[in-house]
Amino acid sequence: MIGAELRRSWILLWKDLLIERRAKAAFNAMAFFAGIVLLTFGFAVGPEAPGVETGVETLLQHLSPGLVWVAILFTSQLAADRSFQLELERGGLDALRVYPGDRKALYFGKLLANLAILLLMEAVLLPFAAILYSLDLWARLPALAGVAVLTTIALSATGTFYAALTANLRARQVLLPLLLFPVLIPVLLAAVKATGLVLRGDPMNELGSWVKLLGAADVLFLVVAALTFEYVVEE
Amino acid sequence: MTVIRLGRMAGVVAVPLLAVGLYLGLFWAPEDAMMGQVQRIMYVHFPSWIAVGLSYLVGFVCSVVYLVRRNPRFDYMAQAGVEVGVLFNATGLVTGSIWGRPTWGVWWTWDPRLTTTAIMLVIFVGYLLVRAFLDDPDARGRVGALVAIMGFVTVPIVYFSVRWWRTLHQIQSSPNTVDHKMVVALRVMMVAFAAGACYLMSRRYEVARLEAVVEQIEYEPDTGAGGTRG
Repeated sequence: MIGAELRRSWILLWKDLLIERRAKAAFNAMAFFAGIVLLTFGFAVGPEAPGVETGVETLLQHLSPGLVWVAILFTSQLAADRSFQLELERGGLDALRVYPGDRKALYFGKLLANLAILLLMEAVLLPFAAILYSLDLWARLPALAGVAVLTTIALSATGTFYAALTANLRARQVLLPLLLFPVLIPVLLAAVKATGLVLRGDPMNELGSWVKLLGAADVLFLVVAALTFEYVVEE
Repeated sequence: MTVIRLGRMAGVVAVPLLAVGLYLGLFWAPEDAMMGQVQRIMYVHFPSWIAVGLSYLVGFVCSVVYLVRRNPRFDYMAQAGVEVGVLFNATGLVTGSIWGRPTWGVWWTWDPRLTTTAIMLVIFVGYLLVRAFLDDPDARGRVGALVAIMGFVTVPIVYFSVRWWRTLHQIQSSPNTVDHKMVVALRVMMVAFAAGACYLMSRRYEVARLEAVVEQIEYEPDTGAGGTRG
């Protein structure tokens, strides 16, 4: 039984990635959007403004964990919204609804597609941020990737849930971020803290608790969304 | 009808208790040794959070029951719970802010409990906003319930994240170290606020039920009442 559900999720993931590979439009737009946000922060903060420890870092470098994650948070909302608009355009969601099997498979398929696209976008964005803000993150890439994966799971888990919920609403473009961002505040906080600790070193050994918090948020969001998803896509 | 009757009973309990509690808190209980008269705002501030917890809990439980049973009455009750919760949530934040200004020197500080409750307010205001955009009662109940459930379960995560982030809020005093008159006044106010919240929820429930009746009449022009509105 589980095997069949996994296969359904896998096929849905494959379908979304195939559409993305052929059209490429969404990924390009998202990556550019995230890049522009980072660029805008550069102008807003100013490239030469000194950081908290004067002489050691610039203000941009000091703020970089927060700036990067805010850019990714904004983009994740776009990704989630798009993944369900894609289904609505030609009545795809109705077709998905009549597929046999558990609706959880639908959720995890959509979630994995969102996760894959977001992770790909981050793989482009993080080096871009490193160049733009002159951050030294190459040596810390494995730890950073770990934090990014944990955070992105939470972003896509909630993004997929709320995007499906608001897909049919008139004002979804206003409502989606309004619902999504408050519940993601703890995730953003943990991601920013963990990224800062990875980049600047962790003398007090705090990284573990933030990683655990990210993990707990992932599990909570995934479980609640999976359990309630049959009601989310109900017609 | 039981909701209405229980609510009315809660109202009958709440009003005199509120009067007694206010008297006890404002005149009978002694002035705080450190903060002086300012501290008396506690008798409104802290009981608000009791009402918040109670109301959101009602909103959450009724949302779960509504999703499973699809009885609209649970949706009315869920809506009532969240709306009354938002009311007291805002009251708690405002009174806390007024209390914070003379004691901490600032209106707002990024303390865990302040921040958590502010995020909680945003989450549940989101619930009310989403509902406003949905015309179909069934979809409104379903989407609302899901938003309430996801929002409610996130609150502990929010709390832990902000608590690790920073901490400043005064630790609640244990009843043993506080003048017993203060404890009595606070207890009375807590019961009064809890009963008051129950009364308000029952009224909001009744309003939601009547709104649903009106909505139904308006959607069925054949029955006559909605015809004039086109």
